Amino acid sequence: MAKNPEITYSTGKDLAAESVFGRVTWQRLRERVIEFLLFLAALSSIAITLGIVGILLYESQQFFEHVSVVEFLTDTQWTVLFADPHYGIMPLVTGTIVTSAVALLVALPLGTIIAIYLSEYANVRVREILKPLLELLSAVPTVVFGYFALLFVTPLMQAVLPDLSGFNMLSAGIVIGIMIIPYVSSLSEDALKAVPVHIREGSYAMGATRLQTSLRVLVPSAFSGIASAYVLGFSRAVGETMIVAIAAGQQPNLTLNPMEPAATITTYIVQVSLGDLPHGSIAYQSIFAAGLTLMLMTLAFNIAGYLLRKRFREIY
Amino acid sequence: MTDLEKNTARRKILDGLFAAVGLLATFFGMITLAALIIDLTIDGSGRLSWRFFTSFPSRFPGQAGILSAWVGSTLVMLVTALAAVPMGVAAGVYLEEYAAKNWLTAIIEINIANLAGVPSIVYGLMALGLFVYQLNIGHSILTAGLTLGMLILPIVIVATREAIRAVPGSMREAAYALGATKWQTVRDHVLPYSTGGILTGVIIALSRAIGETAPLITIGALTFIAFLPGSPVKTDFPFVSFEWLMSPFTVMPIQMFNWVSRPQHEFHLNAAAAGLVLIAMTLTMNGIAIYLRYRFRKNIRW
Repeated sequence: MAKNPEITYSTGKDLAAESVFGRVTWQRLRERVIEFLLFLAALSSIAITLGIVGILLYESQQFFEHVSVVEFLTDTQWTVLFADPHYGIMPLVTGTIVTSAVALLVALPLGTIIAIYLSEYANVRVREILKPLLELLSAVPTVVFGYFALLFVTPLMQAVLPDLSGFNMLSAGIVIGIMIIPYVSSLSEDALKAVPVHIREGSYAMGATRLQTSLRVLVPSAFSGIASAYVLGFSRAVGETMIVAIAAGQQPNLTLNPMEPAATITTYIVQVSLGDLPHGSIAYQSIFAAGLTLMLMTLAFNIAGYLLRKRFREIY
Repeated sequence: MTDLEKNTARRKILDGLFAAVGLLATFFGMITLAALIIDLTIDGSGRLSWRFFTSFPSRFPGQAGILSAWVGSTLVMLVTALAAVPMGVAAGVYLEEYAAKNWLTAIIEINIANLAGVPSIVYGLMALGLFVYQLNIGHSILTAGLTLGMLILPIVIVATREAIRAVPGSMREAAYALGATKWQTVRDHVLPYSTGGILTGVIIALSRAIGETAPLITIGALTFIAFLPGSPVKTDFPFVSFEWLMSPFTVMPIQMFNWVSRPQHEFHLNAAAAGLVLIAMTLTMNGIAIYLRYRFRKNIRW
């Protein structure tokens, strides 16, 4: 780099010693300042987390000054916007759990099979083509998937299940499941790939087929990574908003039947936000209490996943 | 046949069967994607015309267009990129090149991994409480850009770190040996070599941000906008204006959501057309990212 001014003092013979020292001191100061600025940028991620937790707790705390925690957890109706308001989160939680369960029933088996196929069966060329194509699934905006669930998947399902209602959790869940397949398959495949070759070869040397090696040796060895993939898939399914808001209806409904319409926690937040709610009203605060519940659900599942991984961690 | 032979034959059949199932499962995902695109094209292509891009939304489905939506999306993406890219690259550089191995670094790393799993609507709630009501910057393009910027920050950081990690240590040592300082090494050597990887990550992150709907609805984006934000260029001094940052807005996915939520079939056709435009944008961005990744991987030989 010829334009660097620092190079000149090594050749310039009339350069006074103090100016070199001055330059070095200045340069050291500059290095320090830059390092500090970069450090601040890295700290910003902590600030975001603190912001999220702080705002959720602050607004929820105001909500719980009006509504008791017992009522929030035990009441079976969520009718915040009605004249006779009930504040029971249960219907929203069941809606969230049913759609996520349907999604996971689709995504976990398919994602795992695809991961095993791409990692153990497919040759390099097939994998290089199929993998990016599959990952395009997660590039489709969720609102487009919502359209697809409501106006393509539901009519298709109604041909098989005539008493399926126009808005239902089944279609929404299936489409969420398809959307999160790449998340599950990519991470699981990475985990399978990380299993050392000698373990694979040991299994083949014993005469096992690829299927036996995959299911009895590789999947157990890579369990910790596969569990991470499942936890991420769950987080995505629980937090998915637009597909359910469009295709599952927006009425809170305490049911475990996926054929029925229901609202999820995220749907409720969207529904309230679309209206024009005065800042500080109970309905305004209720979306933060709902958001806090959502965060706690994801957190609980993440901790469960962490404990599971720790219990089954393989060290090569 | 002996028992052993029978067993072996059975195992081989199962193995072949699984290969078929695996291929089918992979194709299932792609068939869905194809069905989705074909469905959107059948419904929406009839509405795609020059007027669709240059008209405001309307009560009459035949006259409605996406002008305010695509302008809004573009401006929001501009703010998002300006907020997330410098911050994310700086954080990635710090974590890879500067950070000491201590508890603080460990916390930052765990935190970034966890942020990537936080539902996007929660970012919207945070922005609603913080930007809209504590800092009073309103239901504006600025709020929207900052919200999406925070949402994609972890993606940019992770991409930056991976790109930097791929630069061999010998490059750094060569720079140090010539007397370069740490920052000179990073600025003149490490960052130029990792530009390709960082760019790929940024494009993927922006393609995710452009399709985000829920957090923007939460911060109060409007669903019906029949005007454009103020122009950023003025004829009189000082020639630039930042009024547009504070303007109310709508974006492409919200416009589509609004149309798909209406009962009339004609509006669904508009939604399909908007969906086609949206999916064309995200798939193009992803295509560019895949191509860039391929190009850079092929051209760089250390």
